[in-house]
Parts: sequence; C-alpha cells; structure tokens
Amino acid sequence: MRHLMSPLDFTTDELDRLFDLANDIERNPAGYAHACDGKILATCFYEPSTRTRLSFESAMTRLGGRVMGFADAASSSAAKGESVSDTIRVISCYADICAMRHPKEGAPMVAAEKSRIPVINAGDGGHHHPTQTLTDLLTIRSLKGRLGGFTIGLCGDLKFGRTVHSLINALVRYENIRFIFISPEELRVPDYVTDMLKEKGIPYKEVIRLENVMPELDLLYMTRVQKERFFNEEDYVRLKDFYILNADRMSLAKEDMLVLHPLPRVNEISVEVDDDPRAVYFRQAQYGVYVRMALILTLLEIQVS
Amino acid sequence: MLNVGKIEEGFVLDHIKAGKSLDIYDHLQLDKLDCTVAIIKNARSNKMAKKDILKVECDIDMLDLDVLAFIDHNITVNVIKNGEIVEKKELTLPRQIRNVIHCHNPRCITSIEQELPHIFYLADAKKEIYRCRYCDEKYMPSAKWS
Ligand SMILES: [Zn+2]
Repeated sequence: MRHLMSPLDFTTDELDRLFDLANDIERNPAGYAHACDGKILATCFYEPSTRTRLSFESAMTRLGGRVMGFADAASSSAAKGESVSDTIRVISCYADICAMRHPKEGAPMVAAEKSRIPVINAGDGGHHHPTQTLTDLLTIRSLKGRLGGFTIGLCGDLKFGRTVHSLINALVRYENIRFIFISPEELRVPDYVTDMLKEKGIPYKEVIRLENVMPELDLLYMTRVQKERFFNEEDYVRLKDFYILNADRMSLAKEDMLVLHPLPRVNEISVEVDDDPRAVYFRQAQYGVYVRMALILTLLEIQVS
Repeated sequence: MLNVGKIEEGFVLDHIKAGKSLDIYDHLQLDKLDCTVAIIKNARSNKMAKKDILKVECDIDMLDLDVLAFIDHNITVNVIKNGEIVEKKELTLPRQIRNVIHCHNPRCITSIEQELPHIFYLADAKKEIYRCRYCDEKYMPSAKWS
C-alpha cells in the first residue's frame, strides 16, 4: 500500500504514468465514471481549505465513489483531544482512502504510519502540498506538451511560498529548465533553493521587475504578494504594482507563453487577462481534479480497461 | 596522570571530546545500568591534546552504538574481554535515530502530540545532516556537539 506525502514520492517515470492516466481521464471521462463504485474517500481537514477539499470531493464523485469527512478541526474528534493516530485507525474502518489536511507539519505522515488505507497529504502547514505540485506539473505537461526544455518565471512571494518551493524541487528533476525568479528584495527565493540550483548546475536569475523578463518566458507562475510580508506600508505600496500581471505586460510575452496561478487570486492578475488564451489558471483547477482522480485510482490500484 | 584500574569485561570509549563525557553518559543512559563506570575528564592525548574517556564494566550488548555514533562518530570504541582489547569498533552515522534528540519546530506535529516518537533520519551523510521524519526540520549533530 502506498501513500502520497511529498511531491517527490513518485519517480519521474511514475509521474509520467500518473499524468498519462489523468490525460486519458480528460479525453474519456465517461470511461471512469464508475471506476470507484462502492469506494469511499474520507476528507479529514483539520483546517479549512475549501478549494482543495472540493477538488478531492469532485475527483472521487466523478469516479463514482462517495465522500465523507470533516471540514475543520472544530467539527472533528480532534476538538475532543483525539490524536491523529487514533483518528486514522477509526477512519481506516470507515473509508477506502483518506485525504488529510492539517496545520501541523508531518501530521499526514503520522496518519500514514498507522493507517490501513492509503493517505494523501492534502497540505500540512508550510511543509508539503503534493497534489498542488502534481496539478502544476500536469497542467504544464498537458498544455506545453512536455516537462523540460523551457524558461519558467516564478513571480511574487518566493520566500514563504510553499507552492513555489515544491514546484522548483519537482522541476529540477527534468532537463533543460531555466528559472527566473521575480520578486521584491524582501521576498526573494531562499538561499537553500539557489544553493541547490548552483550545485546541480541549473541556470537561474533573480530580477525585481516582471516586464524586464516577460519576453524570455515560456511559463509564468504567479503568486500573491501579501501585505503582511512587508516591514512597512511604503515598501508594499511602492512594490506591489510590479507584481501585478495586466494586459500591457501580457503584450510583451511570447504568443505561446502560459500563465499559471495556484488560486485563489486576489489582485495580482487583472481580470482583463482572464480572456487571454495564454491565461490557463482556471484550466489548472480542472487539471487539479484530473490529477486527483488519477491519484485515487493509482493508490487504490484500480485498473480501468 | 590519574590511574583507573583495568576492566575485565566491558568497553572503553576513547577520544571523546574533552568535557563531553557526561553528555555521553546521559545519552547512553549509563545511570540506569548497575555497573562500574569510570569517567576520566581532560586526559592527555597525542591525537587531540585533551580528551575524555569512559570505562564501563558491562556486557557489550548493553551499549547503543548508534546513539554513540550519532553523538560523535570520532569516538573509538574498544571492546574488552578478559582484561584485553579484543575489538576496536568503527562508528558510522546511523540511518535513523529514535528519541535521542527532540524536534524543536513549533509547527511540527510532534509539538502537539506528546506520545509521538521523535525520529530523525540521515538526510545527507556527507554533510552529517539529520532531518525530522515528520517535518524535515534540520539537525546537525556536529554543530551541536563540537
Ligand atoms: Zn519535526
């Protein structure tokens, strides 16, 4: 029995198989509509994350399975002081697979150690959020046709952004990728990331302004710059507009450049960009469901002929 | 130099960093063993100017070499039988250690669930980096014990 704890749990070959399956589901959803008949997914969310939870629920429902669970710690047995180990032992009796979100790092790993059913880490604090990374990779692979051989710009909060760090760690396993980090000085990508890139001989550069690098990019991964991350209001006001993607900046980009965003978006991408065919962040949410469907089938070892 | 008598059966831990013998005494939980222990501090050494030595008279199986290696793999372990050194053990960093050090990451699940074991795995043998099994918090024994 396998679990999914980190985006790197799967080899690149295993990921290829997972993504092929996801693409097959995309082409032929009807063929999978009863693949999980009689199976139950438990969504154990110790902190609210409506988007991720609904994505899992949609995935299981589209496979013909059923879903049960809790959406925050207050409505779970954790409120009465039950440990994660005890909860998963009980959930193992009720469900066939579990997606767990927890504010504490490593909680899904604790669950996996005691579980009799596959556990998917649906986000553990600032640690891992593997299904987001798989979603990003599937979106790139499906819409670019390949993983590797491109220049990717990562823009916004590169210091605290878990999504960004996971994506970088996942992408370095592929060939010929060049990174451009676009962020204010305060939110630069951490040293351990750039040290790792240097060690592996992977090219990267760090810039402050988005428009300077737009023409170079094959992919642009946008994230939110939060006001709380700045030491003072002036810096935030001075810098925030640098990291907003609008139609003007899009006009500098290649015709086949793609814009991704983990969502929810606040104001870092103007709504005027939404109709641009290069803006694929809503399709990314769709790929999030396909990749979770493929993941559920893979972990439950269900083959659809 | 202070003289401590020979031991018949047990082990001598040599080349302990000066002043660290009591830490090792604690980590090996020698206080729980009903046996003779000699702690020699600041002995003169050709190799390291000053060193500590621990002599323990007990069954060699009682010694947790993994813990010892984690604390300081430069320690020499001499196994004594019938008053003679019968073996010198090489220490290698253990792949995993359990309940020797605690994870201090306040965001780690071990910070709220007290009954969980504190497990660290060897993430980088060359740089001697251990990481918490649950949250990947970094721990470098060399930084702590040198
Ligand atoms: Zn930890």
